[in-house]
This record gives sequence, structure tokens and C-alpha cells, in this order.
Amino acid sequence: MQPSAAANPMRLDLVLVPALLGLALVIGLIEAARSPDPLMVIQAWTFVACLAGVGIWFLKRYGGGVPADETGAYQNDVVKAGVIASMFWGIAGMLVGVIIASQLAFPDIFYFPALPELNFGRLRPLHTSAVIFAFGGNVLIATSFYVVQRTSKARLAGGSWPWFVFWGYQMFIVLAGTGYLLGITEGREYAEPEWYVDIWLTIVWVAYLLVFLATIWKRKEPHIYVANWFYLAFIVTIAMLHLVNNMSMPVSLLETKSYSAFSGVQDALTQWWYGHNAVGFFLTAGFLAIMYYFVPKRAERPVYSYRLSIVHFWTLIFIYIWAGPHHLHYTALPEWAQTLGMTFSVMLWMPSWGGMINGLMTLSGAWDKLRTDPVLRMLVVSVAFYGMSTFEGPVMSVKAVNALSHYTDWTIGHVHSGALGWVGFVSFGALYCLVPWLWRRDRLYSNALVEWHFWVATIGILFYITAMWVSGIMQGLMWRAYNDYGFLEYSFVETVQAMHPYYIIRTLGGLLYLSGALIMAYNLWRTAARGDVRKSEVSGTATAVAQGA
Amino acid sequence: MTDHNKEVDSHSGTETTGHEWDGIKELNTPLPRWWLGIFYACIVWSIGYWVVMPAWPMINGYTHGMLNHSQRVNVANDIAALKSARHASESKLASASMDHIQSNPDLLQFALAEGKAAFGDNCAPCHGSGAQGSKGYPNLNDDVWLWGGKLADIQHTITVGVRSTSAETRQSQMPAFGKDGILKPAQIRDLTEYVVALSHRPANAAAVKRARQLFSDNCAACHGEDGKGNREFGAPNLTDADWLYGGSPQEISTQIYLGRGGVMPTWQGRLSPETIKSLAIYVHSLGGGE
Repeated sequence: MQPSAAANPMRLDLVLVPALLGLALVIGLIEAARSPDPLMVIQAWTFVACLAGVGIWFLKRYGGGVPADETGAYQNDVVKAGVIASMFWGIAGMLVGVIIASQLAFPDIFYFPALPELNFGRLRPLHTSAVIFAFGGNVLIATSFYVVQRTSKARLAGGSWPWFVFWGYQMFIVLAGTGYLLGITEGREYAEPEWYVDIWLTIVWVAYLLVFLATIWKRKEPHIYVANWFYLAFIVTIAMLHLVNNMSMPVSLLETKSYSAFSGVQDALTQWWYGHNAVGFFLTAGFLAIMYYFVPKRAERPVYSYRLSIVHFWTLIFIYIWAGPHHLHYTALPEWAQTLGMTFSVMLWMPSWGGMINGLMTLSGAWDKLRTDPVLRMLVVSVAFYGMSTFEGPVMSVKAVNALSHYTDWTIGHVHSGALGWVGFVSFGALYCLVPWLWRRDRLYSNALVEWHFWVATIGILFYITAMWVSGIMQGLMWRAYNDYGFLEYSFVETVQAMHPYYIIRTLGGLLYLSGALIMAYNLWRTAARGDVRKSEVSGTATAVAQGA
Repeated sequence: MTDHNKEVDSHSGTETTGHEWDGIKELNTPLPRWWLGIFYACIVWSIGYWVVMPAWPMINGYTHGMLNHSQRVNVANDIAALKSARHASESKLASASMDHIQSNPDLLQFALAEGKAAFGDNCAPCHGSGAQGSKGYPNLNDDVWLWGGKLADIQHTITVGVRSTSAETRQSQMPAFGKDGILKPAQIRDLTEYVVALSHRPANAAAVKRARQLFSDNCAACHGEDGKGNREFGAPNLTDADWLYGGSPQEISTQIYLGRGGVMPTWQGRLSPETIKSLAIYVHSLGGGE
């Protein structure tokens, strides 16, 4: 990595990044020209088209010399791009969510037998990947690039490498998403992309890790801030999970299909070791990093407990990684592995809550701000949802509870209280903070619109999770009901009929949540693009602007 | 730790650690006692759980725990208990005649319970969870029976299926008069009017007159000269108001053109004879049994 572009006009990254993109282009063209697999040909041309676009963008940015953004105190443009990408993918992913929720409630209405691309089975992974990896991933990358610079007092390392991470990650999203619609899948939940997309993501992720580590390496602060521990844990662990779970053998280097290195119950356990820790290290550790920067920053209060942050960080890291087997209770998985999954999930309760305590108690001395600052309220409510779902999780991991909840909508409700309440709200809060800071605005365009977003989305979440609790518990009870003669009381189709009203309520909840995000996008767009209140450019860093506000 | 930067937070009275990042400081608050207490309690509970239950993998096998608990044994026991609870009634069901089951209230209730459960999982996907049927799938609540509505008829239909893979399947096939070019479009139009007239609805008299011979030549062999159908061939009665593929002139014409006939699988080998018996009794009880 280059220590300083200003000191050294010959930037190695401006050779290496184009070289890497060029190499990828050559491989993409070979695949496009030689593959006998029509789906691979489509994917390869998509890849080539994306690379061409990124190449043109690269020439525009660096053709006229090093941009000012990369010689100042902090590199901001890549964070801005991340904020825009987050909003875009967030709305796309939530929209697909509303569509598939409607498909579940009204299968006749959104049924296109002639268009397999719009089948529920293909849209469902598009929704989960879009909200988790496209929306969540962009929020994590953007905020991590912002936070690591401020808390290290150092500009992002690598010059154009952060841009490679950004664009490479968008290409991963495009390849994965269009692949799902074409019917390309490994059939592993939250790890659906096939081998060649996995390899591309690995390259991008290694670049991300190196940029992040190198920035921390050249920090001008004596200590590494807690948010950066969490970001680093997220980046490192996701790399490990991704590599192990995606070990597979392609049918041919010119075809999309591959077969897993594991089989049977080992395959299932590997998948859920991955799946649960994707929740743990992507959706928990990563977003806790966001919480640890944005909550104290916004509340202008010190973090409640340094010791708690250390203890809950390490306990979370060590315990989370064991909890995956609770996804396979009462299956072919040996009972001892189920026991370990369950007990480690229960032990995980307090380490998870450590983050909640630190988030909420940091408000101590600033609770009055919740009345006037809807952005801070959003951040705090996200922590409350975090506390609720990290309690619900251990409860559901207990075998006796899981016997009722497993395979029911309760699981869907649990996931969404975490996803909509915690991940969504903490991301919204961070983005609401970031846009005025990055675009140097005095404040958001409209606080009233943030209020609207907050209430519409909160009501949406409540509709969603209460509907799924009722539906899931009812479903579980109906499945296990026996009559006096020892026969099942209800057939499967009767449980489906019983869930119909709750599916409609769920769709409504999702629609409200999506509406909130649209309100937000408008507000952020007005704040950034229309520039109602432009700050003078004299102050040094974006954070100084924020503190002055 | 850099002690010289430590300060006391005025709100909480707690000392900071002396670190600062981008304006963010940290309080040196000790771990909440309740937090630590619950954390330890969860660990103790987990260790206790490991002691009594199967928990840790070993080089050979795993720790079985003091309770020697086994999910597999438990589920096998549960299934065995359920089977033995059903056994007495189930074996009576196997040997009893249909008439005997009908006249024995306890056995009848048992058969209805078994039949309802089996119906929901096996029959409802086509016939509907209320056995109400839909276009192409017969309604089982009414008194219209293509292959007979007596207990023995229903039992046989379930056993062998309709146009199924069974060698003994109930079998018949209406020709696709239009698709296969057996009749001309004009003839199908006339026949449609004739069938409309058969079911006591106003129809084009000239067309009905022209179609009389057509019906006799092409349709009467199965549906009968009077159009009242024939259960031997599963041929529906055309004079009533019940229509498997719809009763509008358009739908009748389509059916003459295509000659559709659904498939019901054979359940022999997939369901036990007792379950099939129960299903027959359940379906018979729905309202239309003869």
C-alpha cells in the first residue's frame, strides 16, 4: 500500500488496480467467448460490461491527475458513493421483499408461469441477498471507511484500492442478483452465488481487509477504537466463513454449476455454521461497530463502559462461532452438536446484551435529546430491537422452544425484528448522520420527514413481527396438534389457510417499512443534492462540521 | 492507558479512560453486576446441561451425559406409543366390514379421524381441504359420483385410482373430438347446443335438431341416449347442473374439443388398506355418500 500519494507521485495502486481489472476483463471475455453454458455467457457479458463501466469511470477519475479527495485529510468520495449505493440497494431489496410477501399472501396475483425469473423461489434469495449483502454490506463498507479514518486520524490507505473495493462489491451484487434470476444457485441459504462469483468476492474482500488494516496501521491515535475491533472482526470472520462454506468443485471452469466439498449432515452443519455466523459477524458485529461510533457521536456523550466493551467483544467473538448447530435441532445432526449449539446460544445472551447496555447507557445524560432528535431516537430504538432479538434468539435456540418454533413464521418474525429493527434502523441512523457530514450541510433537509420515517417504519415493524409471532406460534401449535384418536388434527393446507390474514398484515408492515425508506431517500437527496444549507468549506474535517452544528 | 488524560464525567461522576477518538471518550464504568451475574448463571447452567446431556465429541464417540438421553430413542418410543395407542382400533378396522364399521360408533369415530387426517395430507391438494373440488377436480360433498358413491365404490376408486398407473385402474377416455379432427367445428357448435338443451336450458332448436344424430353416433355410447351418463365408464350425467369442466356453452364446447380427463393416482401401496378404508368412510360421510 502507498503511504502517501502527495509524497510519492508514482502511485503503485494506479498500476495494480487497472492491471487487476484488465486481467478480470480478459478472463471475462474468455468465459463469454468459450463457455458452452448459455447462463455463463450471460453472466460473463454482464461482468465484462460492468468492468468496462468501471474502467471508464477509473479513467475519468484518475485521467487528470490525483483527485483532491485523495490528498486531503480524509478520503470522502468513496464513502459518499457507498451512502448512495446503500440507499439504492436498500430500496430495491425492500421492494422485492414486499413483492414476495404479496406472493405469499396472494399466490394467484403475482404468478407468472411464463416468467421463471419472477418465481418466488428466485425472488426470495434476491430479497435476502439484496437487503443483507447489498444494503447491509454497502452500509458496513461505507461507514467503516468513514469511521476508521476519523478514529485513526488517517486517510484511507491504498489510494484507489477503496474504490476497487466499492466497485468490485457492486459487481458482486449485480452478478449474484442477476444469477439468482437466471436460476443459478448453490442452494445454500445466504450463500447462493456460484463459485466464480465467490472467487470474485474473495478478491474484493481481501482488498477490503488490506485497506482497512493498512489504515489502522498508519493511525495517529495510540489505541484502536472499539468500533474498529468490531469492523475488523466482521471483515476477518466473514472472509473465513465465506471461504469454508463455499468450498466446491465446478463442473467445468467454463460452466456455472459447482458441487459442494461437503455432503450430508456435514454439509448442513457447515452451511449453518456459516449462516448463523453471517448473522453474528455481518449483522451483529458489523452493525455494533456502527453503533459504537454513531451513538456516542450523535448523543455527544462518552461510551458508557470501556470494560464492558472489551468483555462483551471477546465473549461475543468466542461464543458466537459455536451457536450455528441450533439451526439443526431435531435433525440428523448428532445430539451432542445440538447441545453445544443450544448452550452456546444461551451463553451468548449476555455478551450480546453488553452491546445493548453500552448503546443505551451511553444516552445517560442525554435522554432529553430523544424528544428533539429523531435520528438519535432511531439509533436508540435500533439498540432496543437489538436487545429484543438477541434475547429472543437464545430463547428460540432452546430445544423445547425450537420444537415449536422451528420451520414456522416465528423464525421469519425473529429475523425481521433483527433485520428491520436493528440492522435497518441503525443503518438509517448512521446514513442520516453521514449525509450532512459528508456533503457539508448544516443539517438534514427536513427533521419532520425523519419523524415520519421513524413512525411509519416503527409501525411497519410492529405489524410485521406481531403478525409473524401470531402466525408462527399458531402454525407450530397446529402442526403438533393430535386428536383423541392419535391422528393429526390439522392438515398442512389448513395451517396455510389459517396464516392467510397474517400474511396480509405482514405485507402491509413491509409496505410501511418500504415507504419509510422512500421518505428517507427523498430527504437525503434533498439534503445532499439540492444543498439548501451549505456550510462554508473552511472547517477542517466533516466531524468538526458535525460538532459545530 | 494514558493516565494523564483521565477526567471525571460531570453527569455520571465516573472517570474516563483518558482515551479519545474523534471526540468520543469512554467512561471507566465497571461491569454491571446483574449483567455479570446472569452471564455466569448461563455458563453454570450450560455446564450443568453438558454434565447430564450428550454434549462433547471425543476421539471415539461423545459424552453421553448422566441422563443418557437420546433423541432418536425418544422419537422411536413416541412413534411406538402412538402406534400402540392406535393398534386396537386399527386392527379392528382392518378386519371389520364396512357395514360393521358404520354401525359401531367408536370404530366409526376412529375411522373418521384417521380419514380426515389422511384426506388433508393426500387428497386436499386436488379436491380442496373441504373436499369442495374445483374445475377438473370433483367435488366430494355432493351426490354426483362419476364412478359410484357407495362405500365400496369409493374405496375401490381410492385403491386403484383413475387413469392411474395401476393395472386395475378405473379407465375411460373421452375422445378429443375437435383437436383430433373427429368432428368439424360446426358439428361441435351443434353438439354444444344439444348438451345445453339436455340440461334443460334454452338452446338453438335448429342446432339441437341437427345434433341429435351426432350425439347418438358419438356420445351416447358412454353418456347414454338420454345423456344421463354411465358410471361404468365414469361418464358424467349431462342433464344435471353439475359440470366438472364448467357448464357454460363455451366450456362445454371446449370440453368436446379437448376431451379432458383428470388423473387420480392409485393409493394402493402408498396408504395402508386401513387408511384407505378410513378415507372411504370419511369421504362417504361428507354428505353425498350413497
